[in-house]
Amino acid sequence: MSKAILYDATLCIGCLQCEEGCAKQNKLRYDEGVAAEKKTSDHKFTYVAVKPNDKFMRRLCMHCVDPTCVSACPVGALKKTANGPVVYEEDRCMGCRYCMVACPFGIPKYEWSKALPGVRKCILCPDRKDTACAEACPTGATISGERDTLLAEAHKRLSENPSAYVNHIYGETEVGGTSVLQLSSIPFSEFGLPSNLGTKPLPYLTADVIHQIPRVATVGWAMLGGIWWITNRRNHVASNESDKTNEAKKEE
Amino acid sequence: MRLPKITFWKTLFVIILGFGAYATYLRFFKGLGASTNLSDAMPWGLWVGFDCLGGIMLTAGGFTLMATVYVFNLEKFRSIARPALLTAFLGYLLEIGAVMFDLGRPYRIWHPLVMWNPRSPMFIVGWCVMLYSGIMALEFAPTVLEKLRLVKPQTIEKPLRFVRALQAPLVILGVVVAIVHQSALGTFYVLVPGKLHPLWYSSLLPVLFFVSSVAAGIAMTLFESGMSSRHFEHALEKPLIDALGRVLLIALVVYGVLRLQDLTRLGAWPQALHLTNVAGLFWLEIAMSIAIPIALLSFKAVRENPQRLYVVAIVTVLGFVVNRLNIAVTGMEQWAGVTYVPKWSEVSVTLMMISIGIMLFGLAVKYLPVFTHEPSLRGA
Repeated sequence: MSKAILYDATLCIGCLQCEEGCAKQNKLRYDEGVAAEKKTSDHKFTYVAVKPNDKFMRRLCMHCVDPTCVSACPVGALKKTANGPVVYEEDRCMGCRYCMVACPFGIPKYEWSKALPGVRKCILCPDRKDTACAEACPTGATISGERDTLLAEAHKRLSENPSAYVNHIYGETEVGGTSVLQLSSIPFSEFGLPSNLGTKPLPYLTADVIHQIPRVATVGWAMLGGIWWITNRRNHVASNESDKTNEAKKEE
Repeated sequence: MRLPKITFWKTLFVIILGFGAYATYLRFFKGLGASTNLSDAMPWGLWVGFDCLGGIMLTAGGFTLMATVYVFNLEKFRSIARPALLTAFLGYLLEIGAVMFDLGRPYRIWHPLVMWNPRSPMFIVGWCVMLYSGIMALEFAPTVLEKLRLVKPQTIEKPLRFVRALQAPLVILGVVVAIVHQSALGTFYVLVPGKLHPLWYSSLLPVLFFVSSVAAGIAMTLFESGMSSRHFEHALEKPLIDALGRVLLIALVVYGVLRLQDLTRLGAWPQALHLTNVAGLFWLEIAMSIAIPIALLSFKAVRENPQRLYVVAIVTVLGFVVNRLNIAVTGMEQWAGVTYVPKWSEVSVTLMMISIGIMLFGLAVKYLPVFTHEPSLRGA
């Protein structure tokens, strides 16, 4: 099974219940001040972006099928679990923050004010059947379930009511697909969701380079070893030759 | 009791250490938020861009010259190999020190040893730093043992002969690790095609990082030998300096062709024509790391004059530092939507690292046979 979220912005009324439910689930403070913050941070893992004419868009970790952050993490602190969520093991993390640099959505956030900080982000409520945000949503704009089922549902909504949506399911193919799927009536880029990501997972970019290392190293060592042998041999021969000529000179 | 002479450089050194000490206190007791201008939008700044990317780049003279002398057996360069190795070794030690400031949980720096993720360039970098630091410790061992032999000839003779016999295999092992390390630093950014500005993003970044490190490393070696002849009274023979100038020119031309052709391949040039800070810093980098040094070095009158060569070396080193900072900071700012300027405490820590490096280099040159090979031959 693979847990996922489908967010349909056309059903969203911007009540922010998802934000509050998320905060409660993750034991984070939630008040008017936090509700007004329009970005994810170490104390807010999801927010509802608002555009004129009551256009909304939830932002949260996309839980990529092949996550860039997971491939970037040198110690395997970030992991894609078999059932969907990208989770974080703080005990392993050494705080290099490469995940933050790597994430194409800019999702992982850092506890900058702490002396012993960690990375914070949505982890898709791995211990619950339905995510806290989906459970809190009063209109069904956010629902959680199987990715395949939700993807089929999204396609159904698009074909049944094409005029209500831009013809795109954000997360179906972005960087190889994500476990958060989104529908909207206005372009996703207006909410800051990158539109230039392509359909290939990003980790192959670095994996291709890293796969070269064994070959480069073997060839490098063999070449340097060979050159060393040749230059040594040449010196050896040269010194032998000069010994001979010296001896010959002496005999004369 | 004789008091040490107070000079301009010593005063500056004490001031830098003072600020550095306070910045260190801020970093470790108040956290990264209080001691840096880093943010969720710009999680990497001066410490990664200068201390890690730039610092490691400037150590490349070490593996280049060790290979030249021990593998290619070009005897002419022998007297510069040890100073270059010393720089590289100190550079790695200081980089480990700087990483301890930058990591959120520095006491877990050993985690990559036991918690593996070989898909991560950061994992590769961690291993290369540890492996190559160990290899360089052994490469540098003869220099220390030669000094100790003066005190205890019998006990030292055997281990000295042992590490000397190991030199060439160690150098061969180390050169490859160092090259993998240099390219892995460039590989960091191969992962962020949508984030790094098109004037710097390229799938060739690993190669560009390696080639530029060789050029920057040679320039750094020239800069140091110039500085050593001014402040530590160790001048190099002129033919050697001339040769290094020629090698630097070749390395710069190779890098320049690669970099400029890559920009053409990726169609990035139009980006350079906007009237923005980003384009300005791009042109500053191209001027200082490619155009100016190549133009100047093509004159024999510059190449064969140690004073002028020293100036060109400084320009080149700074040019490549601008390149690394452009990649770590300038090129990432547009996506981040913020401007990052390092906090005074970040600058203080970096200056402190540089000062400690210069001090350790000076001490090593003073007490160890770094510039003089085989001190025993001089009848000590």
